[in-house]
Amino acid sequence: MKAFGAALAVCVLLLAVSVVLGQSQNSDKSSASPTPKYDPAIYAELQKAPQKARERSNPLENDPNAAAAGAVLFEQHCAECHGKSAEGSRKAPSLRAPEVQNATPGALFWLLTNGVVRKKMPVWSKLPEPQRWQLVRYLKSLSVSVPVAESPAAKP
Amino acid sequence: MVSTYRLGLCSSFWVFLLSFCSTSPALAQESPYFVAYDHYLEEPGNLEIEYFSTVGTQRGGNSFHAYWAEFEYGATAWWTTEFYLDGQTTFNDSTVFTGFRWENRFRPLKREHFINPILYVEYENKNGADKIFKEGEGHDVESDFLVSNAEARREHIHEIELKLILSSTFKGWNFTQNTLAAKDLSNSPWEFGYALGASRPLALKASAKRCNLCPQNFVAGVEMYGGLGDRHSFGLHDTSHYLAPVLGWNLPSGWTLRISPGFGLNHNSHQFLMRWGVSREITGFGSMVSRLFGGRQ
Repeated sequence: MKAFGAALAVCVLLLAVSVVLGQSQNSDKSSASPTPKYDPAIYAELQKAPQKARERSNPLENDPNAAAAGAVLFEQHCAECHGKSAEGSRKAPSLRAPEVQNATPGALFWLLTNGVVRKKMPVWSKLPEPQRWQLVRYLKSLSVSVPVAESPAAKP
Repeated sequence: MVSTYRLGLCSSFWVFLLSFCSTSPALAQESPYFVAYDHYLEEPGNLEIEYFSTVGTQRGGNSFHAYWAEFEYGATAWWTTEFYLDGQTTFNDSTVFTGFRWENRFRPLKREHFINPILYVEYENKNGADKIFKEGEGHDVESDFLVSNAEARREHIHEIELKLILSSTFKGWNFTQNTLAAKDLSNSPWEFGYALGASRPLALKASAKRCNLCPQNFVAGVEMYGGLGDRHSFGLHDTSHYLAPVLGWNLPSGWTLRISPGFGLNHNSHQFLMRWGVSREITGFGSMVSRLFGGRQ
């Protein structure tokens, strides 16, 4: 029984340490802002997509159900961080920003596949390729809205 | 022993109560494997609570039911940490708590490649009565399990286990190969093992409707695992090997159900292992805990 109690205590402790470490790594200094900040630099990763990846066209571009299926996938996998309407949150940027909406489908697909592992965005290649293209189709169906720029005065 | 069994049941109840009470489930996109690992880590800030069972037949002895609970947390997008609590009931013998494990998986490469490596480090603090078959290693054979629980639990094992996970996804298929090296921290030699897996969702395109029984929610595959001897006698002699079809069902409510009948491939293996598992993913667990302690996320 002592061993069981010790194991449970260690379990709770380890989880707590992991949560604290994870959150400190994930935390954003300006996350006190109630609305998601607009930082163009956060979209720079899209520019890293290789030319060949950028030029890929969406094979489901003309699939009438692709955007609707992508919306379901977005709600299940992405909305937690990017917001229900992809407007962004403290955790992740808006996907309605011009940088995303002007990106090619191939660049968005590349980013979904590779993630931005060092900046919280997981690899989504666990979703089969057609589902990733459905997500891209949904993202491209959204209207552009420019997020509120971060005021210089708000910076620490 | 009855009280220990009750304690196990009570723990399972609390695990599931916690799962039910969570308010932020997400569609888990989990692999169906029980032993093999692929290269996908838990999403940052998410907690997955899992319960697994293995029922095994035992020639010349009593069959058993081993079970374990897992708490898997995505600390970052490149680091997942897991805690296990293990126990087992040997029929006509007793129920015992067999120990705990702390596992960490690290993704060293930033981008997705054709073959993706994951580094795995685990510490195990268990006793000799452990029967969860989370891996095949060394010269573990069926006859090792004939020892009674009372005798087996006297053996204490403090083990470090390292794995190199090489996983690839191609046209919807996942192929994974795990190589294992384990060392009891007492004066024992390094032991080796392997696990191979292949799986694929039943459909690659998602449905435009939220549904439970859509084929894309089911992932089917097969895994094979076993021991490769130790540093002094590396190879396949006196080792056990298993082949197991696997099926996973990812529900939109955040639950995942898995089932896998396993078959021993040689006379050193248990003839049959029946496994099943249920898990629930809680999104934003890290943020919830952070808020609880006055954090902003």
